[in-house]
Amino acid sequence: MKTMLVILLSAMLTDNFVLSKFMGICPFLGVSKKLDSAAGMGVAVTFVMICATLVTYPIHHGILVPNHLEYFDTVVFILVIALFVQLVENILKKCVPSLYSSLGVYLPLITTNCAVLGVTVLNIDNNYSFFNSIINALGGGLGFMLALVIFSGVRKKLEYADIPETFKGVPATLIAASIVSVSFMGFSGLFN
Amino acid sequence: MAESKNNLFKELTKGIIKENPTLVMLLGMCPTLAVTTQAMNGIGMGLATTFVLLGSNIVISALRNVIPDKVRIPAFIVVIASFVTLIGFLLEGFVPSLYDSLGIYLTLITVNCIIFGRAEMFASKNNVISSAFDAIGMGIGFTIALFIMGSVREVIGSGQWMGLAIPVIHNNPMLLFIMPAGGFFTLGMIIAAVNRLSRKKPPQEISCEGCPNFEACGKAGGCK
Repeated sequence: MKTMLVILLSAMLTDNFVLSKFMGICPFLGVSKKLDSAAGMGVAVTFVMICATLVTYPIHHGILVPNHLEYFDTVVFILVIALFVQLVENILKKCVPSLYSSLGVYLPLITTNCAVLGVTVLNIDNNYSFFNSIINALGGGLGFMLALVIFSGVRKKLEYADIPETFKGVPATLIAASIVSVSFMGFSGLFN
Repeated sequence: MAESKNNLFKELTKGIIKENPTLVMLLGMCPTLAVTTQAMNGIGMGLATTFVLLGSNIVISALRNVIPDKVRIPAFIVVIASFVTLIGFLLEGFVPSLYDSLGIYLTLITVNCIIFGRAEMFASKNNVISSAFDAIGMGIGFTIALFIMGSVREVIGSGQWMGLAIPVIHNNPMLLFIMPAGGFFTLGMIIAAVNRLSRKKPPQEISCEGCPNFEACGKAGGCK
């Protein structure tokens, strides 16, 4: 129980995927302009991270390891994630149209999000058990959502700020992200 | 002949300055921020990415008439992931220290937007030779950007450069610069400097064109 909590909170706060591991920077900077799209993206990423872990973990330990094919991890994982996202999208479209209209648009995004591939590879690298892998994916996804939601608030303020011409746009956003990242450094050393 | 040579030269040089993938087109932010705590890591990451980019651009351009349009994204991803696996083996065998310091980010070259973007925007539409030159140019541009990032962060953050101690700063380095927050800050500053120096008005947003996520991001209200 304690390990699970530590994995969950450290994936969310101390080792936040966006702000300290730099995974998923593109959606972090691209989709954080509005609160609702940031939240939607966060939910979708969390969902896909958990699903991707559910699929890739058995494949790694059940098929690749017994056949000594661990080096195929990258190729297999990315294909499986891409296929799986497509599958979920089709199922949602057919069976739960209301959920599809609110979540579905974000799904194709996730195929090439490095945070999703990152979490599956990290689960294998850290030798987590199946259950802990899922907890790690959940924490990673929630941390991603937290970062996006917080940052969408910061960006709203940034829009009204008087910024020098040179810094307008991406530079100002990046510097704001750096300050948000400093605030997350406050969590470091939470588990010692 | 002279003209085609001239064109190839253009493909090569555009990636270095005019369309620098990181500093002008703002692609491939994740590795740019993550591995540049040292100048050497920046070069290593840049060259590894160049290798993957060159390989994938050549293969994808050679197969551009074979791959059906509908399944091009998975097809591109498989080609890219294969080259990433290959460079992983090569680095593990010959440069284990670099392999260790790049860590998971080596695997994540697979989902680097620069590589996918070049496959989508260039290699799938042009012949093998110009795609190869395009890849080399973009790769060099990316390597230079990572080297600059790495140098700034290493000099300020740990008071040395490529392992050489720098007097004065060496005793009191600003540790913040080699931490994640410093990465965001340094990149922001460098892009601001590029904005200032370039005569043309640079893009205000991250260019998501060519990213496989482009359409979906647009629907979600970002990256337009």
